[in-house]
Amino acid sequence: MKRFWIASSVPILLIAASHTALALTVVTTTEDLAALVREVGGDKVSVEAIARGYQDPHFVEAKPSFILKLHNADLLVVVGRDLEAAWLPPLITQSRNRRIQPGAEGYLDASLNAQILEIPTGQITRAMGDVHPLGNPHYWLDPANGRRVAQSLQQKLSQIDGASAGYYARRYADFDRRLSDAEKQWSALVTPYQGIKVVTYHRSWPNFAARFGLDVVGYVEPRPGIPPTPGHILTLQLEMKRLGVKIILVEPYFDTRTPKAVARAVDGIVVQLAPSVGGETEIRTYFDLFDYNLQRLIEAIKAASAKAPGSAIRLRQGSGEPAEALAEAGAPRAKAEDGGVTWTP
Amino acid sequence: MSVRTPRAPGSVVGALLCLLVSSSASAQTPADQSVGAVRMEVERLRQEFEAIRQQYGARLSELETRLAALEGRAPQPAQAAPPPAAPAEAAVPPGAAGAGGPTGSLPLYGNVNLLSKIFNPDIAVIGDFEGASGNNAVNPQSPLSLEESELSLQAIVDPYARADIFFSFGPEGVEVEEGFVTFPTLPGGFLAKVGKMRASVGKVNAMHTHVLPWIDRPLVTENLVGADEGLSDAGISVSRLITNPWVFLEATGEVYRGQSEVFSSATRGDLTYVGRLRGYQDLSESSNVDIGVSVASGGSEFDPARKTTLFGVDATFRYRPLRRAIYRRFIARTEAIWSRRPVAPVGDTVRADSFGAYVSADYQVARRWFAGGRYDVSERALDASVRDRAGSVLLTFWPSEFSQIRGQFRRIRFGDAPAAHEFLFQFLFSIGAHGAHVF
Repeated sequence: MKRFWIASSVPILLIAASHTALALTVVTTTEDLAALVREVGGDKVSVEAIARGYQDPHFVEAKPSFILKLHNADLLVVVGRDLEAAWLPPLITQSRNRRIQPGAEGYLDASLNAQILEIPTGQITRAMGDVHPLGNPHYWLDPANGRRVAQSLQQKLSQIDGASAGYYARRYADFDRRLSDAEKQWSALVTPYQGIKVVTYHRSWPNFAARFGLDVVGYVEPRPGIPPTPGHILTLQLEMKRLGVKIILVEPYFDTRTPKAVARAVDGIVVQLAPSVGGETEIRTYFDLFDYNLQRLIEAIKAASAKAPGSAIRLRQGSGEPAEALAEAGAPRAKAEDGGVTWTP
Repeated sequence: MSVRTPRAPGSVVGALLCLLVSSSASAQTPADQSVGAVRMEVERLRQEFEAIRQQYGARLSELETRLAALEGRAPQPAQAAPPPAAPAEAAVPPGAAGAGGPTGSLPLYGNVNLLSKIFNPDIAVIGDFEGASGNNAVNPQSPLSLEESELSLQAIVDPYARADIFFSFGPEGVEVEEGFVTFPTLPGGFLAKVGKMRASVGKVNAMHTHVLPWIDRPLVTENLVGADEGLSDAGISVSRLITNPWVFLEATGEVYRGQSEVFSSATRGDLTYVGRLRGYQDLSESSNVDIGVSVASGGSEFDPARKTTLFGVDATFRYRPLRRAIYRRFIARTEAIWSRRPVAPVGDTVRADSFGAYVSADYQVARRWFAGGRYDVSERALDASVRDRAGSVLLTFWPSEFSQIRGQFRRIRFGDAPAAHEFLFQFLFSIGAHGAHVF
């Protein structure tokens, strides 16, 4: 019987050894990072995300099932900037995995090379709401930061899995090229709408706004993480009317009742954009994220300007048909429902 | 698979080879190591140089962009430029700095070298102000009191450990509520905690007061598991995941000095032992169940020759839809404890076998509002014939993540005293950086 066990354990050991050599197990905190890992790691990695794309990444529950994921991970990639501070540290401590402890080789803070906006320069207190002292953590919504994160990933994957360094370098170069092409299309799409004024629910969009020329003039939340109050909503409505703002951007995890009430008051439109890959089922890659959001945004701008001709939504002269440009370029078009710029829970 | 006896020696050699191959990676000669070290050093320097080069490139291009903007030209999108490696300091857009807060440099309080503060632990204070009205002849609570101020100091010690210390300041004085060091990088998948801790007996015992879903602790805790202080003692806790393809399983073994509200040791060797097995399973992405079995055994104050034993089971069901996680959640929990405790001999009775349990549910009504209820039943630890029952309803309001206002109406039917009807209220407030709690 002993011989049987030894004889049968050899192939098992070999299979186990070859399995670990085949794929690195990567766990990321968000689906955006997972999408970027897929771009760079290809079939040399198997990647899983903890938070779903339609979930508020500030409020994830530290479920024990995530401990199991982390237990077997070779690499943990985090958004950083305190985005996961409320739930990730106990998961890492309980993972019983020394490879992914902060400071270890298998721990990567993706924000370290990214361009971070809204880093507070003065003294901050919680009277300002749930501010992030290390800057706004929603930095992946600028494709330039996606590239920087992908580069960090390429370096980290090559460090852990040196044998495949060439593979990761090729994948990164290919991603870089495709992203550059896509960025040209995206820029062309939004060029006619530069400087358009919008209101967002949470401060999730500074990088997106800076990259694509949106002017965020207000927030539905009076302060980050504080639910809207009647007084604030009244002020916001007056301000939106004064500036002629018609667009309200809302993340999928916020209640749309208040934004819709504001939209009714100012004769505007609520647009539900996806802050993350996986925010809608059709957003599967990092490219889909921008395709979807820009498509939605432009539809909304058009709908708003059709609703209120001669309003403050001024389009630049000589604008082409951006949606056609996108279709011509072969990029997947986001699904547009019938007048589907508003969203019902 | 058939047993192939003649080939068995070959298999043994194969297995040994396998082991050798797998261990050869770590078994390098000193020469190999030094060459490797030099190579790594060169690689590190190369990477550092590359990073610095890219950093300066990025800064230069940023300056150029600003210059261009100043000259009135539209800044060129830096698409074709190589991605800068570390443009960590981004320009703060106007109006965004500190979310409307004052700008300027951080104030220096006495210490000129501000950087020395970086390694200070995370410090937080949680204030727990409680009030009570109504009648309670058995265990009357103060009408108004700052019941507890919990001071927490938490930090990573070194690459191998982190430390958490919680001081509890109450009307009776100061005590170390918990203070332990955790070793998360042990080999073999073990996680060890050393220090003074709340023992892993059931769910409620391990919870700090401010994370409880109620103002008070359930009667079963009051009667059988050491009241507010609970089973908290100096000891060592070791836990391990039992990996299997089906569920999350975690086994915990703990040994304590043996001096707590429930146990007492006459000699040094009279330690308290605690074991817990916890199973968890996701039912869907929104709902899950968490089930635990615990046992604790330690010395008795009445008879050093006999042991006090607690046996507990607990179950929690949670529902929280991911898309509406900040608006909606439902948690149902229950816990039962069986206590076998030696007592001073009364006739031929030398042991009290008591039982206690609670069932509780909380529902989040809106982003800031929670409603809940709890039913308690518990016999007394030293007299199982006296049974107390209680029912509570609760309403909780969260002004923000960092404060909480709660009201609880509680009715207790004591087994040996007139019933108590009370209204309790609580203000909780948290300042500083309090670390996240385990699930």
